Amino acid sequence: MSVDTTTLLAILAMAAVTYVTRIAGLFVADRLVLTGRAKAAFDAIPPAVLVAVIAPTALTTGWAEAIAATITAIAAFRLPLLATVAVGVVSVVVLRHLI
Amino acid sequence: MMMDQANPHLKDYRREARASLRDIAPAAIAAIPIGLLFGAVAAAKGMSPAEVALMSGLVFAGGAQFAAIEAWVNPAPVAALAFATFLINVRHVLMGASLSPKTTMTRPQEFLSYFFMTDETWALSERRALDRPVTGAYWMAMGVVLWANWLVSTTLGAILGSFLGDPEKLGADFAFTALFIGLIAGFGRSRVTLVTVAVSAAVAALVHHFVGAPWHVASGAIAGIAAAYLSAPREAHA
Repeated sequence: MSVDTTTLLAILAMAAVTYVTRIAGLFVADRLVLTGRAKAAFDAIPPAVLVAVIAPTALTTGWAEAIAATITAIAAFRLPLLATVAVGVVSVVVLRHLI
Repeated sequence: MMMDQANPHLKDYRREARASLRDIAPAAIAAIPIGLLFGAVAAAKGMSPAEVALMSGLVFAGGAQFAAIEAWVNPAPVAALAFATFLINVRHVLMGASLSPKTTMTRPQEFLSYFFMTDETWALSERRALDRPVTGAYWMAMGVVLWANWLVSTTLGAILGSFLGDPEKLGADFAFTALFIGLIAGFGRSRVTLVTVAVSAAVAALVHHFVGAPWHVASGAIAGIAAAYLSAPREAHA
């Protein structure tokens, strides 16, 4: 159970940066009064960010991942969250085996 | 019973916490294989279980932690890791700004509880905010559960290490992607949402391919947001 000093420093730096990003939005929210297109853009933040995080894995890793992502997306509109995850994991395992 | 009459808020509190735990359960379960995977990869890179526990407990950000481990060398490049962490987590600024007006929490409560912000708890709270305000009980219950879940599963992964076998063979590496697809579907199928998703996905994939991680997150998100702005009706007041 050892903790290296430089590793500890890196962890503390990552933690501090992450906490700042988490609370920084509180300082911006007060000054935002949104209507029309600006509101549409702001409402689009959640799906836009989530999609951007996974797009490389889902689209450019290989055919197995791309097809599994498509199957998962179809399932996502019909099944609860956990079942969706199960469909995704099972289809990627099967597809990696086949392709 | 007397207590509930004396303090009707206690009842709301419990109901909110229960709804929160029910909503977060799938994400918490889906995070377990991802946490085990993270711990195992970190151990393979030379981190001790204590270091993995410290990182998960203090940083508590899966994407940034995976990116850090991917680039891990000894001694750790502190400044480079901090900058990569900032790029991956800068989305929190937008997320916090978006969520803050929809919660019933006070400023000091927000400063403390936003430590527990994750993509999952934030996405679920945004979805809940579509028909009611997000309470502190709802936000904190899921945040603490996901934090403890992440701390335990990553540390366990570091201890078990090589006993887990090849995570790709088990499809565990895809659980994160599948979970995100499920969360994205929760935002509906309106025309603006579909345009946003398509543009963000295309730009993120292209930037990842030609420029590399972690630039794809910020550029994909900004392109998607711009697409929503341009595709929304000019005079909409919704």
